[in-house]
Amino acid sequence: MQDMFRFGTRLLVAATALLLVQTASAAQGSRSVIEGSKAYGLDSCVEPTPLMRKKHYAFLKHDRDITVHQGIRTVKHSLAGCVDCHAAKDDTGKYVPVTDEGQFCQSCHEYAGVELPCFSCHSATPTQATKAGD
Amino acid sequence: MSDKIDQKRREFVSVAGLAAAATVVAPGVFLQATAEAEPRSEAVTGKVRYGMLIDTNKCVDGCTDCVTACERENGLDLLKMPEGADPEEWDRQRPRWIRKVKVKDRLTGKVTTLPMMCQHCEFPPCQDVCPTGASFRRADGIVMVDRHICIGCRYCMMACPYKARSFIHEDIDEKLTVAPRGKGCVESCNLCVHRRDNGETTTACQEACKEGAILFGDLNDPNSEISQALRQQNNTELRADLKLNTGVRYRGI
Ligand code: HEC
Ligand code: HEC
Ligand code: HEC
Repeated sequence: MQDMFRFGTRLLVAATALLLVQTASAAQGSRSVIEGSKAYGLDSCVEPTPLMRKKHYAFLKHDRDITVHQGIRTVKHSLAGCVDCHAAKDDTGKYVPVTDEGQFCQSCHEYAGVELPCFSCHSATPTQATKAGD
Repeated sequence: MSDKIDQKRREFVSVAGLAAAATVVAPGVFLQATAEAEPRSEAVTGKVRYGMLIDTNKCVDGCTDCVTACERENGLDLLKMPEGADPEEWDRQRPRWIRKVKVKDRLTGKVTTLPMMCQHCEFPPCQDVCPTGASFRRADGIVMVDRHICIGCRYCMMACPYKARSFIHEDIDEKLTVAPRGKGCVESCNLCVHRRDNGETTTACQEACKEGAILFGDLNDPNSEISQALRQQNNTELRADLKLNTGVRYRGI
């Protein structure tokens, strides 16, 4: 899997194609966003999808320092933001943690063999409406 | 949007409303304006220094309203005693951002009760001893822990003259989006940093104190309520001998 990613960075066209195949197989559907999440009703992520697939962790770490040390809360790549948009609600209207089996962040990381330390501290569901007025 | 959020906004409005009462046309109009408190989009600067003034004359013995509100705001009330733990030990070691403390004057016997939290020093000993740079002082005077860098060594806990810091000993199931926390890191009062960055004007403890013993504000703004209050009456820095220039000041001790 790592190799696929590294190879992908060399040729943009090839990368996009590879990743599309990979995601399709990982999520058993044409879209990997989860039904019942805000993302499901939207067309695009905070960056173009191919870029998100390749770089989301770098974006997160970059913006993390800006938020924690400079207090800037309007960053594009906020972890609370990912969770808010990508966490799905179940039939009873309750949020399912993004780290649960088959959920957005978990399913792809499981497939890619990535383990996240983030959610030992961060909430894996939105616990409050974001102040953006939604 | 849930009722709870609306309720919270309304409470916030009622506090802010006191200050701005003169400009309020109708309650609804003001509510609208307050709900639009903007998240911060520019880096914090040293133009502002946040701090608190605590009037111990107003602080009531036995009352823990500020502690309760702090724990609710910052998700500390979600921590559960680990199974099989000794309740006494848990009570001694559980994470707390505010502790109610009693001080007694040996000569007169006068007992004073006060809330004790991170004093947001200008020269924080916790920052001095931190081997990783996790303990830091934000440009606006808030002393806090970057838990992405904290390795849990707890030097800062030993260095703090105010015993203001806590350690998270166990994994945590439930947490708030605004207050992530996990096993192996140190934490302490951050002056409700999520409120600061959302343009709100109070802390949870200030709002909760029915006696009005806690005043939060900008120490660098000569016209702020807190600066005026500090000029008007004597105030004390706890352990002034250490010359830390604390951002939290006390009256009546
Ligand atoms: C030991 C606990 C801990 C761990 C583990 C942790 N964080 Fe954080 N994180 C925090 C705290 C505390 C804050 C400050 C919260 C605030 O002020 O909003 C924070 C804030 C952030 C922010 C800015 C606020 C936001 O939601 O955008 C980002 C981004 C972030 N963390 C990303 C990560 C990522 C990515 C990981 C995993 C690689 C991670 N964190 C792991 C404790 C942790
Ligand atoms: C405002 C909603 C929103 C936010 C916030 C958001 N996303 Fe997305 N994200 C989406 C949508 C919608 C898609 C699907 C785009 C598509 O169909 O091409 C997506 C797609 C993705 C993909 C690609 C999935 C695939 O198909 O392979 C990744 C990875 C991703 N997001 C990660 C993140 C991360 C990490 C964050 C936080 C930094 C985040 N997203 C924040 C809405 C959002
Ligand atoms: C399209 C598949 C995919 C999706 C969806 C996805 N990730 Fe990832 N993520 C990866 C891959 C692959 C890596 C490992 C990259 C590497 O190590 O080179 C990774 C790594 C990370 C890392 C860095 C981990 C570390 O220890 O440094 C973070 C943080 C992260 N992802 C957060 C998220 C979050 C939050 C979501 C859900 C909003 C998400 N990811 C969704 C594929 C995905």
